[in-house]
Formats: sequence, structure tokens, C-alpha cells
Amino acid sequence: MLLAIGITLFLFVLAALTMGRYSMNPFDVLRAIHARVTDIPTNDSMEVILFRIRLPRVIASLLVGAALSMSGAVYQSTFRNPLISPDLLRVSSGASMGAVVAIFWGASFQAIPVFAFAGGIMAVLLATSLPKILRNSSNMMLVLSGIVISGFMSSVVGVMMMLSREQDQLSAIVFWQMGSLTRINYSQLVVVTPIFLACITIMILISWRLNILSFGEQEALSVGVNIKRLRWIAIACASLLTASAVSISGTIGWIGLVIPHFGRLLCGSDNTKLLPISALLGGAFLLVIDTIARVATTFELPLSILVGLIGAPFFAWLLHRHKVKII
Amino acid sequence: MSIEVRSLNFSYGPRQVLRDIIFDIEPAQTLAILGPNGSGKTTLLNIIVGSLAQTSGSIIYEGKTFKHFNPRKMAQLVGYVPQTIIPVFDYSVIDYVVTGCAPQIGTFERPQEKHYDIAMKYIREMGIEHLAEKSYRQISGGERQQVSIARALAQCPTYILMDEPTSHLDFGNQIRVLKTIRQLAQSGFGVVFTTHNPDHALLVGGKAAIIDRSGKLTFGNSHQLINEALLSELYGVALCIKNIEGSDRKICFAPYLSKGENEYEDNNEHP
Repeated sequence: MLLAIGITLFLFVLAALTMGRYSMNPFDVLRAIHARVTDIPTNDSMEVILFRIRLPRVIASLLVGAALSMSGAVYQSTFRNPLISPDLLRVSSGASMGAVVAIFWGASFQAIPVFAFAGGIMAVLLATSLPKILRNSSNMMLVLSGIVISGFMSSVVGVMMMLSREQDQLSAIVFWQMGSLTRINYSQLVVVTPIFLACITIMILISWRLNILSFGEQEALSVGVNIKRLRWIAIACASLLTASAVSISGTIGWIGLVIPHFGRLLCGSDNTKLLPISALLGGAFLLVIDTIARVATTFELPLSILVGLIGAPFFAWLLHRHKVKII
Repeated sequence: MSIEVRSLNFSYGPRQVLRDIIFDIEPAQTLAILGPNGSGKTTLLNIIVGSLAQTSGSIIYEGKTFKHFNPRKMAQLVGYVPQTIIPVFDYSVIDYVVTGCAPQIGTFERPQEKHYDIAMKYIREMGIEHLAEKSYRQISGGERQQVSIARALAQCPTYILMDEPTSHLDFGNQIRVLKTIRQLAQSGFGVVFTTHNPDHALLVGGKAAIIDRSGKLTFGNSHQLINEALLSELYGVALCIKNIEGSDRKICFAPYLSKGENEYEDNNEHP
């Protein structure tokens, strides 16, 4: 199963690299990669497009898709709720606010991801510390405080949008909120990739314990699981992962909620299998979406729009075909 | 060694649920906990397994209070069979039972072959090997109860606590669970179970503890402790305990639904 998805993913990557306004054939792509690996630079225009423009985008779409769906799966197990997304603790709202603030103050494009990341982490810290201040540590309280935080933050975003007079500022904000990988570059990837790898590794390591947690707290406690610590690790990794994904791509809804369910159709609920499969599926899905966003029209389509337009009918069909009982 | 519960108090806010509770849980012995709805039976079990903290008092094992034990150590001492739960996500029975081995598995590790062997051993012991690969959500309530017991056994604890193991079960499965409880005690486990049926406490024998509406607990041998006056007072309805002729089986039953319905009325005086 893992192998089949892996091979499919490789073919998708190859196809994505050949597609674009400057179309290449797959053998040229492989030859160029081989040349780059064996260090014989040819440096024609094809290579520039391939390595400077397409490859970072392909890598970014794989990473962001994998990050969002894997943290979705982790959140769903941790909170024993199949209907929540990695945005439960309002990472995206916070990141949105951070990005909008950056755009509003006219920060450089390089600074926007930094602001977005900081905003996302701040939102999670606020959402998790509010229950502590109110001395009520139930899951319900956590969800409610997330709603409170996001209410405030989306109002801040609204105010900024009202105040921004310049048309291109406004459209930059809207575009960021709908998600895009247009402005991706290697320096961003170099920063987020270690965070991705660290969080993904830890999440895979605790995946069996997440199974126990998903049976319920009482159950987990009775077999000696340190619930508070485990939940803390899970939330920290998933939030960090989501925040770094959103900071480079803008907010992309829906993937983190739905891809894990698709994963469960393939391999069941066991997180030791579900987490890697969700990561592969999410990466593949966003790669396809982003490639369509690049090549479908002469201008760039925002990712959230395509995720909804293409993803929703596809998953509706999938649910119909499998006659799924999700809950 | 016994688990010693000493001067335990518990309050939910202003409402005191458990009041100065003292009793022992002994190895190789059954303990049935009786009490009306809301008397704090489940609360007491939750305090013993550590998912609730008592307001005051202590629980002691080998001279140390439970507060000194980490979750892993607790799980090796006490196994817990909750009222049957239906998990949100679906797992196979064997994957569920193997979580009982969690105390022996590191935080970042996964169960190995030997842990699956342990799980299979107890699945076999409960006589449910035909369920091993089935989905936990699709088996019956009685089967789930047995699966949960197998999971508690896979923990290799000294004590097993069961929260209303006979509720939601048909009559045959209730008797089967009681039989399992006694067998577990005979093989060395200290087994604590809560029940709404005083007759179950009589049938299993061993020790009994009764929590009344004020949160006080009385503790003793079930056949001596459980009597008609106490039960009728406890549940607020007329109840009889009779010996079955020719056996030492005592049976607890309601003699009538309204007065004047049958012969026991004349022989017994009840509130």
C-alpha cells in the first residue's frame, strides 16, 4: 500500500515537473536531474525553470499537503473527534492575522511568513492558556477558547482590511487568505523543512500511543499513559507543523479535515499506518491541486478555490462509492 | 499486600460524595461495591485508578501512598475495565487488547511480536480467539466486556477494577461475567466490581462494600453484611433475602411491586 502510493507520488512529481507554460518531456527532466546530481551543470533555460521555479514549488506542495493532513489526523485522534481540523486551536486565524499585519505595514515579502508563523503560534498559545487561566482543562473548554481567540483575530483582520486603502494591499491579503505557493523559494524551504521533519518524526514515534489516547482518557490512563504529557506533545507538534505550513502557503482549508478520512478508508484507524499514509495522500493531493493552479489558466488560481472545486466533488464521489460510515 | 483505603473524602464542589471511607482491597479476593444511583461507586473506582483526586485521605500500597506512583506503575498495579465504551475510531480486537501492554512499552515505541503474543494469550484465556481480528465496534456488548477484561489481564496487574461489568448485558452474559470474576480471584487477582444487583454480590460471595446516600461506606463479608433491613433502607424499596432450601445459596429479590400481591407480605415487615 505504502509502496503503491509512493510510486504514484513519484509519477505525479515527474508529471508536475514537466507541466507548465514551458513544457518539457519527462526524459529531459530526468536527464537534467541526473546532470545536477552528478554535477555536470548545463545551465540552459530549461534547467533554470526546473530547479529555480518548479522544483521548490513541487517540494513545497508536498510538504504543506503532508503537514496539514498529518496534523489533522493527529488532532482528530487526540481530541477523539473525527470532525475537527488542524485549525481547532486557530493556527490559521493567528497566521492570517500575522500575515495581514505584515502586509498592512508594508513588510517585505520575505517577512510575511515570519509574521504568519509568529501569529499562528501566538494563537495556539492563547487558545491553550485561556483554559488554564479559567481553571477548566476540559477539551470542550479548549475548543471554546479557540473560538474566542479566532473571533477576536478575524475581527482584527477585518479592521486591517477596512483600513488598507491601496487596492494591491487588499488583493494581497485576500490572495494570502486563499492560499498560494507562487512566492515560494528555497530560502523558505530551508527554514521550514527541519521543523517539518522534526515534527513528523515525533508524531510518527508517538503514533501508537495516539491510538490509546483515541480510546478515551480514562482508557489511556488505566494502561499507564501520561495523558497530559502525550497530549501536550501531540498538540505542540501538530500546531508547529500547521503554523509552518500556513506561513509559506497561506491558509488552505479542508485538506487537514478530509485527507485523514480518505486515509482511514485505505488503511483503517491505526495511527501507525494512518499518519504516514495521510502524509503521502495529502502531499499528492496538494501537488495535483497546485499543478492545476499553475497550468490551468494564464493567471495563478488560489489553492483554496481549487481544493473546494475539485476536491469536494471528488470526495463526495468517494464517500458515495464506499458507502462510508465515518463516525 | 492489600490496598488500604484510609479516611477517604471526596466532594464535587460543595456536595460531599464520599465520607470518611475506610476499607481494604485484598489479593485473591472479590469485593462487590453496592450503592444506589449517584452514591459514588464509580467515583470511588476513579479515585483508586487515579483519574480523580480525592479531597482528603489516602490510598496506601506497600507502605506508600498512591500519589507516589506514576501512571505506568499504577497501571502495573491496577487494571481497569470501564463500562463498555464504543470508541470513535475503529480498531480490531487484537489491536485494542494489545494496548494493555502499554506499561511495558516505551513512549516512542510500538508493540512487538511478544506483546501481541501476550495479548493473544489472554484473548484465548477469555475464550474469544474467534473475535481477535474482528472490528471492536461491531462485536456485541457481552463480547466487548470480555475483550475489555482481556485487555486488563494483558496489563498483568495485581488488582482488577470493573465498573458495572454486568450492566448492558443479557442474563446469560451477566452470569458468565460473575463466573469470570470469581475465577480471576481464584487465580490470585484482587477483583473489585460495582453492581446494581445485590444478588450478584451474594452469588459471587467474598467481600462487599455498601455506599449509602450520605456517602458512608460499610465493609464486610458479603453474606454477613448484606441483609434485608440494610438493603431495603439503601434502595428505598421492600427487598427479601432467602435461603434456597438444600443449598447455601442466598437470594435477594423484590417480594412484590405493590403491597398485597403475594405471600411474603405477611412474613416480612418493610418500610
